[in-house]
Formats: sequence, C-alpha cells, structure tokens
Amino acid sequence: MSIWIQLILFAVGLLAAGWVFRFAGQKATSNAPFFRDMPTGVAFGYVLGAVCLIWAVWTYYVARTVDPSIANKYFFFRVAVDGFILFGIAAWVFRLLGRTVGTAASRKLFRSMPLTASFGVMMILIYAFVAIFAGAIAPYGQEEILGSANVVPGGNPAMGGNPDFPLGTDQIGRDILSRLIYGAQNTVGIAFATTCLAFFIGASLGFLAAVLQGWLDQLLSRGVDVLMAIPSLIFALLLMTIASAWAGSEKGLLTFYMVIIIAVIDSTRVFRLARAVGLNIVVMDYIEAAKLRGEGLGYLMFREILPNAVAPLLAEFGLRFCFVFLTIASLSFLGVGIQPPLADWGTMVRDLAQFINFAAFAPQVATAPLLAAGAIALLTVAVNFVVDWMLHASSGLKE
Amino acid sequence: MSEKDLLLKVSDIYIDGRSDEVWHPIIKGASFELRKGEVMGLIGESGAGKSTLGLAAMGYTRDGCKITSGKAEFDGIDLVNASAAVKRGLLGKRIAYVAQSAAASFNPAHRLMDQHTEAPTQHGVMSKSESEADGMELYRKLRLPNPDSIGFRYPHQVSGGQLQRAMTAMAMSCRPELIIFDEPTTALDVTTQIEVLASIREIVEEFDTAAIYITHDLAVVAQMADKIKVMLKGDEVEEAETRKMLSDPTEDYTKSLWAVRSFQRPQKPAVHTGTTPVVSVKGVDAAYGTAKVLHDVSFDIHEARTVAVVGESGSGKSTTARCITGLLPPTKGHIEFDGQSLPLDYRKRDRGQLRQAQMIYQMADTALNPRKTIGELIGRPVQFYMGLTGSEKRRRVENLLEEIELEPSQYYNRLPSELSGGQKQRIGIARALAAEPKFIICDEVTSALDQLVAEGILKLLARLQDTLGLSYMFITHDLATVRSIADEVVVMKDGRVVEQGLKEDMFQPPHHPYTDLLLSSVPEMDPDWLTNLLNERGVENIGDAAVEKM
Repeated sequence: MSIWIQLILFAVGLLAAGWVFRFAGQKATSNAPFFRDMPTGVAFGYVLGAVCLIWAVWTYYVARTVDPSIANKYFFFRVAVDGFILFGIAAWVFRLLGRTVGTAASRKLFRSMPLTASFGVMMILIYAFVAIFAGAIAPYGQEEILGSANVVPGGNPAMGGNPDFPLGTDQIGRDILSRLIYGAQNTVGIAFATTCLAFFIGASLGFLAAVLQGWLDQLLSRGVDVLMAIPSLIFALLLMTIASAWAGSEKGLLTFYMVIIIAVIDSTRVFRLARAVGLNIVVMDYIEAAKLRGEGLGYLMFREILPNAVAPLLAEFGLRFCFVFLTIASLSFLGVGIQPPLADWGTMVRDLAQFINFAAFAPQVATAPLLAAGAIALLTVAVNFVVDWMLHASSGLKE
Repeated sequence: MSEKDLLLKVSDIYIDGRSDEVWHPIIKGASFELRKGEVMGLIGESGAGKSTLGLAAMGYTRDGCKITSGKAEFDGIDLVNASAAVKRGLLGKRIAYVAQSAAASFNPAHRLMDQHTEAPTQHGVMSKSESEADGMELYRKLRLPNPDSIGFRYPHQVSGGQLQRAMTAMAMSCRPELIIFDEPTTALDVTTQIEVLASIREIVEEFDTAAIYITHDLAVVAQMADKIKVMLKGDEVEEAETRKMLSDPTEDYTKSLWAVRSFQRPQKPAVHTGTTPVVSVKGVDAAYGTAKVLHDVSFDIHEARTVAVVGESGSGKSTTARCITGLLPPTKGHIEFDGQSLPLDYRKRDRGQLRQAQMIYQMADTALNPRKTIGELIGRPVQFYMGLTGSEKRRRVENLLEEIELEPSQYYNRLPSELSGGQKQRIGIARALAAEPKFIICDEVTSALDQLVAEGILKLLARLQDTLGLSYMFITHDLATVRSIADEVVVMKDGRVVEQGLKEDMFQPPHHPYTDLLLSSVPEMDPDWLTNLLNERGVENIGDAAVEKM
C-alpha cells in the first residue's frame, strides 16, 4: 500500500475520531456551547494534537532505553525534550525566587512575568555573567592547545570522550567548553555594542528625517535606499576587505572597523523603522503643541517622540540583535570577522561543521558543532521572549 | 399590546467586560421590549453601556465581553444561548446593524454594491441581479445622488453622509425586522445629519422596521424614537414614551441631562470702536500647496471676549487657527497681536510671541504625550517660559491643577491614560494656562465630550476668562456651545467669512441664507421638530441639498 493511501486513511481516521470526540462531548456536557459550536476542523485539530502528544511521549520513552542502536535514533529528540523540561523548571524556580527575594518593586515585576519572560531574563543574566567572568570560569584558555584533538563531547571514555574535557575538544585540540565561554564574551559583547551603535545612528537620523522632512528626509532616505539595495552580507564583506587592508596586522582595530561597518549597514533598517514610526508620531497634536511652544529639535526628537517609539524600536532591537549576531558569525565564518585565535561561536560552528554528517549513527560526535549553534539559538530565543514581554507590558499601558 | 406584536424581549441581561485580567460588570441587569415597527432610543454618556446593550440585543458581544446571565429573545429565539448556526441565519437577514463610522465599516477594497449584495445572496433571499436592482431602489428611496451608478463606486469616492445612507441601505437589503443604529450621525455635520436622519426615519417607517437607535444626542433621539431608555454606567435609569420622557422625566439624572443646554453666559456689551483688538486677522488668504482654502478672512478678537468661529467641516475654521498660530503661513494678509504685526511663520516668532497665543485641542488623547505624567506635561511650559525649576515649578503646577479643579496630590504623577476624557481636556487647559497667555484658541474642545462633562469645561473656561481676562477664539460646529459661551460669532463657508456679528444679533433673523440653514439644521428637543421642518421646507430644501443650491 502506498504511503499516500496510508496518509489519507490516517486523516480520515482522525476525522472520524474528531467527530466522535465532539459527539461524546456534546452528550457528556448536555450540549454546552463549547462543544455545540465546535467546527469539525477544530475537533480534528484536537484529535491530531492529542495523537502528536501521544507519539512524542512514546518516542521519548523509547529514546530513554539503554540500547544505543535504538537510543541513538532519537538522541536529539531526547536532548530537546530534556532541555525543554529542564529549562522550564529552571525558569519556574528562577521566577519563584524573584517573587520571594528582592525589593518590593522587583518582586512586583516578577509577579507580572510569564514563564517565557522569566526564562529569557534568566538566560540573559547567565550569558552576561559568563561573558563578564569568562576568565575566571573557563577551565582552559581560549587559545590553549591541549594534547588530544577531536575528543567527543559527553565525557564518556566508552564513547570516545574524556572527563577532563566535558564538551570535548576541536580539531586542533582546544577545549570547546572554554571556547564557548570566551565566545560569549567576544561574540555577545561585540554584537551588543554593534546593535546599540546601529540603533543610535538609525533612530537619531530616522527621527530627524521625520521631524524636518523636506530635502533632508529625501537625502537621508534615498541614501539609505542605496545602501539597502546592495546585499548586506556582500557589502559588509567588501568593506571588511578594505578595512583589513587599512588595519594591517592590528586585529583589535579590525574588530573596531567591523563594529562600525555592521552598525552602519544595520542602521539603515533601524532608520526606516524610526522614520516610519516617527512620521506617525509627528502628526500628533502634542508635537504641534511642542513646536508652537518653541521647543528645539533635540527636545522634540528625544523627549517627545522617542518615549512613544520605544515599543516598536525595542521589538526591532531584539530581532536586530540576533541578525547582527548572525552577521558577525557569518563574517567570522568567511574569515574576515572576529580573528582567530579569539573564540567566536560563528567560527566554531564553521570549523566543526563537517561533524554534522555523523548525526545518523554517532550523534555524540555531531553534537560538537551544535553546541555553539545552540548557544546562539538559546540567546536569540531568550532575547525575543524578553522583548515580547516588554512589548506586551508597554502596550498594556496604552490600553 | 398583543403577544403577537412582540419582536424582541431582552430580560435582565448582565454583561461583564475584561480589563487588566479582571472581569467587571458593564451592564448590570437591563430589560426592555420592542414591538414590530417600534423605534427605541437608547441614550447615555460614553461608558454607559449603550453600544454593549445594543449589540447584546443581537446576541453578540465585543471581544473581551461576555453575557453572564439574562436572555435576549428575538421572535421567541433566545439569541444569548442560540448556536452559531442559528445566529448566522438571523444576523444580517432578520437583524441588521449600522455602525457609527460608515467609513471604517465599509471594506475599502470593494465597491458599495458588491458589499450591498453580499447579505441577500448569502442568505439566499435574492439573486445577485435582483439584489442590485433592489439596492438601486433603496438608494433612490434614501435620496442618494445618481442612485443607479453610485453603487459602483468605492467607499472613498462618496462623502461621509452618503456613505452612512449607503450603510443604512445595506442594512435594509434583506428587509430585516430589527435594525440597530449605533450613533449613525454622530460624526456628521449638522446639515448632513439632518438629511441622514430624515432618510432613516422615512425608510424605517416605510418598511415597518423595528429599530434601536443608540446616541448621546437627546435632540436627535427625540426625532427618531417612539420611546427612550436612559442608561447610566451600566444601570438602566428610566424608560418611557418619548413625549412623556421629554416633558416629564422622573429621575434626577435624566433631569440633569435635559437641563444641560441651559448654561448661557450673558452677552457682553459691544467693544468701543477704536480699542486695539488682542488678535486681529486681516485679509488672510491661505493655501495647501496650490489648493486655496482661505479667501480674504478678517475678524478681530478683543480682550476678555470669546469669538466663536462656526461652519461645517472643510469650511476653513481650523485652517484659520493654523494661520494665526503660524503653522500655515498665510499667502496674503497678516496677523496682528496687540496692534503689532506678527511674523507669519511660527519659527520666526520669539518665545514671548509664542507664549501669548496658546491652543487647546479637540482630541485631548492626541494633544497630551501619553508617556508623560501630568506634572511633566504642565511643568514643561512653566519651566520653558517662566524659567521655574524644582520646588517652585512644582508649586506652580499644583496651583494650575487647583485652578482647573483637579486635586494636585492625586493627579501630579498620573499618566494621561489614567484620566477620563473631561479630565484630560482640563489638563490641556492647564498646559495652555501655564504659559500665562492673553489669547487661547479652543479647537472643538467640547465636541468629543459628553454633554455634562462639556458643560463643566465650558463653565471652567468662562470662569478663567472672568478671572484672568483671557480672549478666546472658539472653533466649533455645535451651535448650542456657541449659544452658551460666545460673545461674537463668525460664520465661515468654503474658506470665506459669510457673516459676523454679536451673538444676540446672530440668533435673531434676518440672516445670510447659509447662517439660516445652519441654525435651522440643529436638532431641537421638540419631537415634532423634524416633521415640522420637513413640512415647512420640503425634502429638497434641507441639509446638503440646500447647500449645493447656494
């Protein structure tokens, strides 16, 4: 029997189950509006959801067996579920802690926090802590080449690991854990500085264009259009090549150029947003009132417009931070970003990428490149959770 | 009344609304009955639950609201507990709804007729071509211009009043037994409103449709309704037959509503000739781009006097204000302040000149920065113009708050979103006063407010004028407001001053025909007013139709 027929039969079965579910619900609750007005599609959805949940629980149960030939098949699924539960519990405990200790204001803040936001705050705090104290936490140096190369993560000698290097070592024998920790300092720090700079440039010019309009707006907007017309990564690459010629062997200077270049390129997106939001705000009567009062440009931009544009800019910040982060990783991957031997998550993914091919039969080996990728992903998710929450809270203010 | 005539019976309905994660009651037990062909007026201030109750009569609640108990029986079917399928069969076909803003309720991407025919074809009442023919017939009945072709226009191609009538025609498309009108004329000019009112009343009578007419304007409801129900903060106050309600209200609240329009300042004596006016507009022309909007506008505003500028939307009232403030520099003519000619562009005026003329806006919501506290909002001009800082500034702000009758300690740190509409408008006044001006432009300051609240604002402005000697330019389209506060009146039409003079003279005939039309279009509390006016002048000589003839 072909797979398609099986699929259709399965869907029909689910549909029938959905119908039965709804019918039973109607009988059991004596026609409550919830079941009475439920469309068939929704009933189907409920049943499909239940089936998926059962499948997930069963798969997880299978993945916990000791037999490696079976367990390896579901290795990543198991890690994902474990991580999900573990982070969920950690976030819950973190929120509980925040609700009981601290000042009245911080306790109130934690009480209004959904679990996703507390997860985000917790992760950001952990990243910040790791980045600041990288030197003290990391067991080895980021450039230190240790004896054995290609040690498998997990620290289990039977699987090819080594308890001294819990997350293994890379191809030239540097400790991955230490490099991850230093990577937080390099990658996150630089990405944060770059995003802040991009927002400063973009938002200032965007508000300026919105307030003054006329030829200045045309000049800035068309200039931004030109910059945006060039594919950003290629443009960054081009400029970085020029910058590396200027910087010569000064690696610190090159990093500085990189921050400026990415900030300018990314500020074009911020400019567009700030200008659009600003244009909606400048037509408000309170801006007119401030103009008629005789207020200066700076007051209009930063005291009248900015507080009302915070919500969309903050949302953009969360997103933009992640993009900047990925741009830096991409540039490092291409060899012009953060220069080796400085640890950088993008470079780490790139260096270890070929181990992904082992995922099917030796998942532990394939984990090596995924560790840095996971670090990027976790931070991205965390930042966006926090931004979502802040947006929700600030839109509640406006009613 | 026989049982057979009963169309809608709402009994003891309770509705809860959700805000800040808590449910709180919006309607606290309301009941009413409606017979076939009967029109009920539902009145109350904003937040009284009029619209919520109107929608509940269709078994519908807005997002975040729920009906907790009670029944809404339409022709024996309880809409509150009816299934979605049953409601689908009724709504649009036997019960229809006309929203306040037709412009926002029509889909801008489809032609009027395509939207008109949707309900009849969906419900299988008529075929598309039958429905189109019927639509043209309805448009003709509602006296829309070019009834055969107007349906093939897009919503943005017809005017607001026409759109409102097209919406009424759409509601009529299935010949429903009940229509709910939710403030259908609130957003319209008086001359447009009168036409829409006449059309709605005529068509409702012709098809013997029952209707619930929701409004906050008593004079309007007096023309439309057979009986009136008064709501206050979710409670029913009283319900009675229209004439009885108007002549003999029982509850205190109803009496206070009826008495609102009684506030009237005595006419101040005419100014001596030769006195220098505070503000003098001299032969001003203005244009937006190439479109000329003001033609030779001249008038004077004297010390401690209120000049009301009246006219319909688009007549150039607000543009005149923009010329005086310098936001739109006039192309010809000039503005004098205390006999001194002002620079035409506000950017060329110095701080002292800017300080002398302040402005209060129609929408306090957009006139106050939502992210600033009351203390910051009022404190800024105090600091900016007077140079006060720290505790001196705070004391001055507190004085100003007392001046506008708000308790300083309670309001100083609040955000505008934590205030009611009337309180926000008071903050706007305080901000203008903070500059210690001689002259204030009030741009429709009361038109977004409930009548009781608006009266409070008018009284406050009158008191401030008496104590501080302020001059006001009062832009409004509401002639009741003019009657209560103005000393002199300027009537504008199409960017020209049509007539100007003392208030006493303006409300006595004879007038310029346009002034006369404007005055006669303002609904009065007399339930026979519209009927009499129609008999007297004929359908062709009221409202916009008459304006076009001029």
